[in-house]
Amino acid sequence: MLALDGTQRSDPAGTETQRPGLTPQHAGAPLIEVSDLSVRFGAVTAVSSVSFSVAKGEVFGVVGESGAGKSATARAIIGLLPPTAKIAGSVRYKGEELVGASKARLRQARGAQIGYVFQDALTALDPVRTIGAQLVEVLNVHGHVSRRDGLERAADLLAELKINDPVRTLKAYPHQLSGGMRQRAVIAAALIANPELIIADEVTSALDVTVQRKVLDLLLGVCAARGAGVILITHDLGVVAQTSDRVAVLYGGIVAEEADVFSLFDNPRHPYSGALLNSMPRLGDQGVFEPIPGSAIQVFGDLRACPFADRCARVADDCRAGVPAPFKEGGTTYRCLHPLEDTA
Amino acid sequence: MKGLLDLRGRQLPNPIVALAIAVMVGFALVAILAPLISPHPPNAQSLMLRLRPPGTEGYLLGTDQLGRDVLSRMIYGARISLSIGVIVMVLTAMVGVAIGLVSAYFGGWLDTIIMRIVDIWLAFPFLVLAIALVAVLGQGPDKIVLALVLSSWPGFARPVRGEVLQLREREYTLSARALGVSPFGIMFKHLLPNIMPTILVLSAIDLGYNILALASLSFLGLGMGAETATWGGMLSSGRNYVATSWWLAAFPGVAIFLVVMSSNLIGDWIRDIYDPRSPFRAARNQAAGEARAARDAAAEPNV
Repeated sequence: MLALDGTQRSDPAGTETQRPGLTPQHAGAPLIEVSDLSVRFGAVTAVSSVSFSVAKGEVFGVVGESGAGKSATARAIIGLLPPTAKIAGSVRYKGEELVGASKARLRQARGAQIGYVFQDALTALDPVRTIGAQLVEVLNVHGHVSRRDGLERAADLLAELKINDPVRTLKAYPHQLSGGMRQRAVIAAALIANPELIIADEVTSALDVTVQRKVLDLLLGVCAARGAGVILITHDLGVVAQTSDRVAVLYGGIVAEEADVFSLFDNPRHPYSGALLNSMPRLGDQGVFEPIPGSAIQVFGDLRACPFADRCARVADDCRAGVPAPFKEGGTTYRCLHPLEDTA
Repeated sequence: MKGLLDLRGRQLPNPIVALAIAVMVGFALVAILAPLISPHPPNAQSLMLRLRPPGTEGYLLGTDQLGRDVLSRMIYGARISLSIGVIVMVLTAMVGVAIGLVSAYFGGWLDTIIMRIVDIWLAFPFLVLAIALVAVLGQGPDKIVLALVLSSWPGFARPVRGEVLQLREREYTLSARALGVSPFGIMFKHLLPNIMPTILVLSAIDLGYNILALASLSFLGLGMGAETATWGGMLSSGRNYVATSWWLAAFPGVAIFLVVMSSNLIGDWIRDIYDPRSPFRAARNQAAGEARAARDAAAEPNV
């Protein structure tokens, strides 16, 4: 339904661009394994039994609307949620359990093993300290380096991120840089201690469209060069199509569907994935987008039905009887009792 | 940090503030150079020359009831006033800021307890508390410093806490945590530099309060001991002669007024510099924004 010429399917979204950092083989044990992760803030359930795993060198996309539980999932992984959040389930980094790990262990993991890139580069940098000081600080937190060595490594990394004048940039304060430069500085802070997993939380949403692609390519390029795994959180299906190997579609705190990127775009099984794809403009499409009726759900207490039931065109009585169990078919896992037809 | 104290490009202070700064610098120089510039030892008595008016040969500001040179005592008084004022300011800032930072950053029950203590502390009038503490601790410069620090730290802790409560919710605090920075690293490397403007303003105003408090304590006889020349002590003993020898009380009074007024004006000025709503701050930001836009356009045509 998507391939424009019927033969080439290198870009499922139909935007004619190359995908950087895609490696076909992801052998070996997963880098991070999330299983049955649930997050609650008081009565609100942000995430309910989310499971997925990311391998080394893999780009794993997480898509969903605002409030679908994307950021809550990501922050639960590195223990960054406020103390009021109740977390259940398991997050294993190379086999080591991180949920309930000591504060000291989590601090050590943050930055050095799992890097987190924040959405808004303007606010993610300390306004009164230079970029250099902030980058060297991350190195110092994870083992002492001299100021000179630290600045040298920081300059190398900024050069790798295609910043023209790294030395001057290191001496600059955040307000002296443009948006794209700032975002690259934030990326540098997340990468400088060589973490093996990068969580990129809406990294490009605050940027100008023209800068978005460039910054994303740089981030994924550096990650690919180091063989790091990436969890790419976004609400932009186009970004996922161009960059991710596998994708999880989150809705109402559950993984509605998880599939490799081609299967998802060509052959979505969960009605929500299908609706999401139909609401997205595509190249060559003259037709009308179909918006999804209703608005995103906020889950209170335990989830007792399919969260998408109220907005779903295929809803039936059994959808409200309980949360559908994950159903695995080929490379796709979906949680739906009345899935879209398999067109593959 | 360097950026905070970098005054290049900042608007010059208006004439009144300039005068205030000049007054403070002048008093500081007098205090530092006291032994060199004072015409007489502060406690040298010449009972033949009691209560001489200002302008008497060799006694520019006159003499007191024991024939001591008022100018020399004023100069040594500046030494005591400013040094104790500054020491108390620095210690109070350190104690108050540390308590406010820890209280706001960790929050929860710790914050509740600390803030209730602050409430209780602030319920006592500052000077009454200081007097009570000096009465308990006894006289002497170290006791005075301790008493003033103990009675004024909530003045720092409360506003610092308020500001940190805001800043710790900023994304850069979360970002620093996400990169593995420890709570103390965040407090002292990220939060502290960001509240420096507030600390500077509080400190400048605190200096004035300290000098006034020291003068008040000396006036009440709770200060440094009778023979030490202090402005407050001179004011107090000059009070008995105010009808006949006005200069005994007038000069120390004027000195106290000038120093306290100046430190308050300087505090206001620092606040204006950092207040984004103040008019010249806005003008400066606009200029900086234009310069940045021009530089970015020149440096990065593609991004």
